[in-house]
Amino acid sequence: MGHAQKATEFNKDEAKVNWHDKALWYVREKRDKSAHNVQGWEYLRQLGSGIKANVLSNLDKYLIQFETNAKNNGIQVHWASNAEEHNTIINSILEKHNAKKVVKSKSMLTEECHLNPFLESKGIEVVDTDLGERIVQLAEEPPSHIVLPAIHKTKEDVDVLFQEHLNTKPSGGNPEYLVGEARKHLRDKFLNADVAITGVNFAVADTGGVVVCTNEGNADMGVHLAKAHIACMGIEKIIPQEKHLGVFLRLLARSATGQPITTYSSHFNKAEEGKEMHIVIVDNGRTEQLSREDFRASLHCIRCGACMNTCPIYRRSGGHSYDYTIPGPIGSILSPGKDLKKHSSLPFASTLCGSCSNVCPVKINIHEQLYKWRQIIVQEEKQPIVKKSILKTAGVVLSKPKLYKMAGKSARFALKHAPRFMIYNKLNAWGKARDLPEVKHESFDEWYKKRRKNE
Amino acid sequence: MTNSAIKVGLFIPCYVNQLYPQVGIATLELLEKLGVDVYYPEGQTCCGQPLGNSGYEQDSKGICNLFVKNFNDYDYIVGPSGSCIYHVKHHFDILEQTPEVKRVRNNAYELCEFIVKILGKTDLGASFPHKVGLHKSCHGLRGLKLGKCSEVQGEHYSTEEDLLKEVKGLELMALNRKDECCGFGGTFAVFEEAISSKMGKDRVQDHIDSDVEVLTGADHSCLMHMEGIVNRNKQPLKVMHIAEILNSSL
Ligand code: SF4
Repeated sequence: MGHAQKATEFNKDEAKVNWHDKALWYVREKRDKSAHNVQGWEYLRQLGSGIKANVLSNLDKYLIQFETNAKNNGIQVHWASNAEEHNTIINSILEKHNAKKVVKSKSMLTEECHLNPFLESKGIEVVDTDLGERIVQLAEEPPSHIVLPAIHKTKEDVDVLFQEHLNTKPSGGNPEYLVGEARKHLRDKFLNADVAITGVNFAVADTGGVVVCTNEGNADMGVHLAKAHIACMGIEKIIPQEKHLGVFLRLLARSATGQPITTYSSHFNKAEEGKEMHIVIVDNGRTEQLSREDFRASLHCIRCGACMNTCPIYRRSGGHSYDYTIPGPIGSILSPGKDLKKHSSLPFASTLCGSCSNVCPVKINIHEQLYKWRQIIVQEEKQPIVKKSILKTAGVVLSKPKLYKMAGKSARFALKHAPRFMIYNKLNAWGKARDLPEVKHESFDEWYKKRRKNE
Repeated sequence: MTNSAIKVGLFIPCYVNQLYPQVGIATLELLEKLGVDVYYPEGQTCCGQPLGNSGYEQDSKGICNLFVKNFNDYDYIVGPSGSCIYHVKHHFDILEQTPEVKRVRNNAYELCEFIVKILGKTDLGASFPHKVGLHKSCHGLRGLKLGKCSEVQGEHYSTEEDLLKEVKGLELMALNRKDECCGFGGTFAVFEEAISSKMGKDRVQDHIDSDVEVLTGADHSCLMHMEGIVNRNKQPLKVMHIAEILNSSL
């Protein structure tokens, strides 16, 4: 099922669509306010974009520098070329520690690699400790947003879910009560965890350390209580120097939620005494994307989610309609690189309005990349016959003025004289919720000709 | 250079030509009032945008070449549609960049931008005593940068507002979401019907909630989409192209 069908499903409940749209629009407005309060915001974005471009063109050098420095700090560094290797590496570390219980703070990479089901199949309990992630985990759903994973759920939904899984009392969706119960539940998980897994927001080449940004402090809590820490990162998470955090930490939280900075920016530079720290560096299709010149900049992404919050389509279709780990505009330019066939509807799930490119803190030209993917998809994937023949014919007719004149006339004639049931039928998607334009008795061409004659 | 020495090739987008002749007429009359030397090259069809945006850019080369051939002889190419002009400026990179192609791309202007930037005029002597809501089309706003959009930091400006503010009796209404996309998006309107209609519906509602009587904009494709919704739901809103307002003397 493509995006359009899933979006249609989501739109059956209009009240929910309105609520989802408003919730995310609120975040977008918060982002505007807080970003525009920073003098030189647009320059900061330029800087962020420039640093990322530099990283991508020197990635080999920075990765090796990072590895060397991390190793000097006693961190064990692992390389994984794909999801399978990533999962196997993590499993082997867990086996070494005889770990049965794992807590995990937010990491889109482990989602991408489907780590949870893999570890669960080995009899390991994995608990997502970010509240939103825990909610979707209990609901057995994927996150629908990269920063607000449970944004598609109302507090009433959460109430019901917690009654079922955490034995809470019905509270009519009382947020304080529900958060309090979640805290108790998670505290227990933290205290009993053998190993903590975290994602990585920034990996600093010149220190060999990683930075993890959370609002709940769950990364720290997990890492400090467990005997080993595994941090998982995509190769593009590198930044050259620690001072560049001054650019990215400023950009990230403001773009994501409108906060000046995330509540916790946790720096992990080496393991605590008597503990172990591992870093798994993952490719999983990233070098391939890097090799595509038109799409390389998609790897600038710092996963702030701003492009989702601003996207009028995302807000009205929900994250699950994209059916990819990373939904929304950025997901629509990343996913075709992973599986063109499966995700071929996503670059078309956009009006190319360009708002995503404008909010992106690292200036990815998202809407231009959407346009470019469309050209490739039409060449490489089978297209619906009707769409193809209409557009190919249009290409011919519109390049031949005489044909065009005839076609215009007969189309207007049909529109004017065909009975309503013929125009507003099932095949006419336009006419489902919209009327067609009222037909005037002449075209501009005809009017102009007449006028010239009378002059 | 006086205005009468400026040779303008008038571009009327295909759907305006066929379905909204009154918009073409208003555009032509407006330009003539401003004293420029307007020509309407015969044999013009389309800018190729519907194909490009659908992924059929390669099949649109014939259309783009025809466009260049038709408009090569003018100082400026002016059209009442931001998205078409954006397409010419931005996506004619698929053609070989001959001096003609470059010239046409450089000299193509959206109507409002042409009047404000090139002719340096904002008061066109129009009067239109109504409450008006302005729809800022994305390709005009974010593509051609006809104004500042809400997500970007900087001083407020808007080419269309500059013109509307000078119209006698016109009251420009403030909207809740001043520059959200209406959901037209070319073939998106059909292939993503549910979202497209919902987006249009939400935009229209914003105008109604803001006491707008006449919804206007510089891109008639967005207006056609929203007008379809207004007419279907029999909503109390009139939809007019900005050229029609700027050309009126009620
Ligand atoms: S593409 Fe840009 S706006 Fe979207 S999540 Fe990534 S960094 Fe944020």
